[in-house]
Amino acid sequence: MATQEVHHVALTLTDHLPILEVLVPFVAAPLVVVLGSRRLAWPIAFAASAISFVISCLLLLQVLDGSYISYHIGGWAPPLGIEYRVDAANAFVLFLVSGISTVILPYARASFEAEIPRRSSTLLYALYLLCLTGLLGVVITGDAFNVFVFLEISSLSTYVLIAQGSHRDKRALTAAYDYLIMGTIGATFFVIGIGFLYMATGTLNMADLAERIANQSDSRTVRAAFAFIVVGVGLKVAIYPLHLWLPNAYTFAPSAITAFLAGTATKVAIYVLLRFMFSVFQPGFISQVPTLEVIILPFALVAMFAASLTAIFQRDLKRMLAYSSIAQIGYMLLGISFFSQAGLMATMIQLFNHGITKAALFMGVGIFVLRSGGSFYYHLNGLGKTMPWTSAAMVIAGMSLIGIPGTAGFISKWLLVQAALEAGWWPIAVLIVASSLLAVIYVWRVIETLYLTEPSQEVTAREAPLSMLIPLWIMALACIYFGLDSDLTLNASKTAAEGLLAGSTGME
Amino acid sequence: MRHHLILRVITKLLVGTIFLFALYVQFHGDYSPGGGFQAGVIMAAGFILYGLVFTLDKAQQVFPPWLVHKLIALGVLIYAATGIYSLFAGYAYLDYAALAPHHPEHGQHYGILIVELGVGITVTAVMVAVYYAFASRAPVLSDEDW
Amino acid sequence: MDSGTLDFIVGHLNYWLFILLMMTGLYIVVAKGNLVKKIVGLNIFQTSVFMLYISIGKVTGGTAPIFPLDMKVDPDVVYSNPLPHVLILTAIVVGIATTSLGLALIIRIREEYHSIEEDQIAEIENAVLQSEQWASEQAAGEHS
Repeated sequence: MATQEVHHVALTLTDHLPILEVLVPFVAAPLVVVLGSRRLAWPIAFAASAISFVISCLLLLQVLDGSYISYHIGGWAPPLGIEYRVDAANAFVLFLVSGISTVILPYARASFEAEIPRRSSTLLYALYLLCLTGLLGVVITGDAFNVFVFLEISSLSTYVLIAQGSHRDKRALTAAYDYLIMGTIGATFFVIGIGFLYMATGTLNMADLAERIANQSDSRTVRAAFAFIVVGVGLKVAIYPLHLWLPNAYTFAPSAITAFLAGTATKVAIYVLLRFMFSVFQPGFISQVPTLEVIILPFALVAMFAASLTAIFQRDLKRMLAYSSIAQIGYMLLGISFFSQAGLMATMIQLFNHGITKAALFMGVGIFVLRSGGSFYYHLNGLGKTMPWTSAAMVIAGMSLIGIPGTAGFISKWLLVQAALEAGWWPIAVLIVASSLLAVIYVWRVIETLYLTEPSQEVTAREAPLSMLIPLWIMALACIYFGLDSDLTLNASKTAAEGLLAGSTGME
Repeated sequence: MRHHLILRVITKLLVGTIFLFALYVQFHGDYSPGGGFQAGVIMAAGFILYGLVFTLDKAQQVFPPWLVHKLIALGVLIYAATGIYSLFAGYAYLDYAALAPHHPEHGQHYGILIVELGVGITVTAVMVAVYYAFASRAPVLSDEDW
Repeated sequence: MDSGTLDFIVGHLNYWLFILLMMTGLYIVVAKGNLVKKIVGLNIFQTSVFMLYISIGKVTGGTAPIFPLDMKVDPDVVYSNPLPHVLILTAIVVGIATTSLGLALIIRIREEYHSIEEDQIAEIENAVLQSEQWASEQAAGEHS
C-alpha cells in the first residue's frame, strides 16, 4: 500500500450544519436511554430539539437566496455517496418541524405527566427524539433510499408513540396497529418505486435521477415507479381514499403527540411528494402523465368537501380536528394540481400555516382533556369562562383554520385562490371559498360550546398550568404573526417553488 | 425441565459454539457474507436458546433486562461516535479516512470494524429484548406440560 | 407457444414471482381477519420486494462482489451488483422492526380486548363508541 499525503481541507462547523441537524436528536435518543435518568430525559430532549431549531434557522438563512447546500456523507461524492441537500423548500420544512417540536416539548412535559405513566418517561422521550430525527432526516436528505430509511424511522416511532395513548383509551392500540399496517404498505410501495427507478437509471441520488429520468420519460419502468411512489407517499400524506388511518390515530394518541404529528408528519410527506414529483420526475414528465388532472385534483376536491362535512358532524373535538386536517391536506394537493409556480407557492405556505395552526389547536385540546377529563363537546361546555386564556388561543387558531384575514390561514387561502384564478379555473376558486365556509361551521360549533353554553355542574376546571399555556400562546401568536408579517414565509415559499419548478435541485 | 436431560446437555454444549460462530461472522464481514447484523442475530439466538431451555429467569440472570436496554443504546452510540470523531477531525461525517489520515484504506478497514461492532451489539440486544418482552408476557409452563 | 411468449414468461420469471408474492401478501393483509395473519401477509409482501431487489442485482456470469485478499483485482472478472444487497439488508431490518412492533401491539390488544380477530375487536370498539355517543347525547340533552 502506498503511503500518500492525502490533500485534505478540514471542514468547519458551518459546513457540518446539515448533518448536525439530524445528528443532534439522533444521538440524544440513545443518550437518554443510556443515562437512564428520568429527570434528565426532558432537558436532553428539549436541548436537542432547540439546537436543531437553531441549526434549521441558520440553514434557512443561508439558502433563502435560491442557492443550495450539499453535504457528502462519509466524504464520498455523489452520485455514488449519500448526499444531504438543502435548498429553500427543504430548509423551510426543517424550520417548521424543528420549530413545532421545540415549542411543543415544554407543553409535552406536563401533558405526558398526566397521560402516560412516569416509568415510561425515558423511553418516551427517546422515541420522541427518534421520531424527530426521522422527520428531519426525510426532509434533508438528497438520496432516494435514505428517504425510505428515515421515513421508516419516523413511522416506527410514531406507531409506538400513538400506542402510548392506550393508558387513557385502549382504542389507541388498534389505531396504532391499523396505522402500522397501512403505513408499512405505503412505505413498501415507495421502496418498490425506488427499486424500479434504480433499475431504469442505476442511481439513487435524487439530482442524478432527475437527469437520467429526463432521457427516458416514456419508459414503462419509470411510469410504474412514478405510480408506486405517488401511492406510497400518498398513504403517508393521507390523500383522500388513503386517509383511513388518520382520524383514529390522531384521536387516540396522547395530546402532545397528536399536536406534534398533526403539525409535522403529513407535511413532511407532502414535501416528499413535491420533491419527487417536481425535482426527480420533473415537470416535463408530470405534464405527460394524467396524474394531476385525474387523480390529484379530483381527490383534493373530494377531500376538501367530504372531510369538512364529516368534521361538522363529529361530537369529539379531537376527531373533528383530525377530519379537518384531511380537508386542509386537500388544499395542499389542490395547490399541486395547478401545476404552476403560484400553485406550488400556495402549497408550501399552506403546509407551513396549517402546521402551526393544527399544532396550536391540538395543544389546546390537550389542555381541555387535562382539565376537564375528555375532549367531547359536552366536556367543553362553558370553559370559555373558567379557562379564558386557553379558549382565546383556540379561537385564534380556529380563525386561522378558517382563513380569516389577519391570520396565517388567510394568507394560504388567498394564495390558493390567486393560483386558481391565474390558472383560469374560477370554479375551483369558488369551491375553495365554499369549503372554507364549511370550516366556519365546525369552528363556530367549538366557539359556541366554549362561550355560549353553561358549564356542567361537576366540572371543576381551572386554567391550565403556565408550562402548557405559554407554548400554546406562542403557537397562537405565530398564527397571527405569520398572518400579518408574512415576508419570511412568502419569500421562502417563493424561492422553494421556483427551485422545485426549475426542474432540478440546482445541480450545476 | 428436570426431565429433558438431552435438551439441557446439548444446549450447554451448543450455546458456546453459537457465540463463537457469531463472533466469527461478525469479524469476517470483510471476506465472506457476514457483518454486524447477521452476527447479532446469531448471538441473540444463543441467548434465546438458553432462555427457552433453562427458563426465562435464568436467562435474565445472565443477561439482565436493564443491561439489554442500555446495550441497545450503546451500540447506536458507538456507531454515531465513530462518525462524530470524523467530524472533530475535520472530515465529513462517517468519513473513515479520519481514523488513519495517512492511510485512507486502513481507515476504511478500522471504521467498518468499529461500526459493525456497534451494529452487532445493538442487534443482539434488540433481539434479546424482543424475546424478553414476549416471553415475560406468556404464562410459565409447568414441567408436566412439557 | 412461440419463443416471444416463452421469453416473456421465463425471461421475466423473477418479476412474475415478485408480482405473485406481492399480491399474495396484499391479499392476506386485506382479506384475513386475524391480526397475526395480517402481519404474516405484510411479511410476505415485504419479502417479495426483497426478492425483486436481489434478483435485479444479479449480473449474468457475475461472482460475489468481494475483492480477493491480496487485492490483485483481475479486470476480466465480472461482479454482481452489491448495492441492491445493501438496500435489502436495510429493508430486512426495517421489516423485522415492523414485525416485532406489530406483534407487540397484538399482544397488548389481546390483553385489552381478549381477542385478536378483527371483527370481534370492531364489535367491542363499536360498543365503546355507542356508549360515548349516548353519553354525549345525554349531556347535550341536559343542556338544551
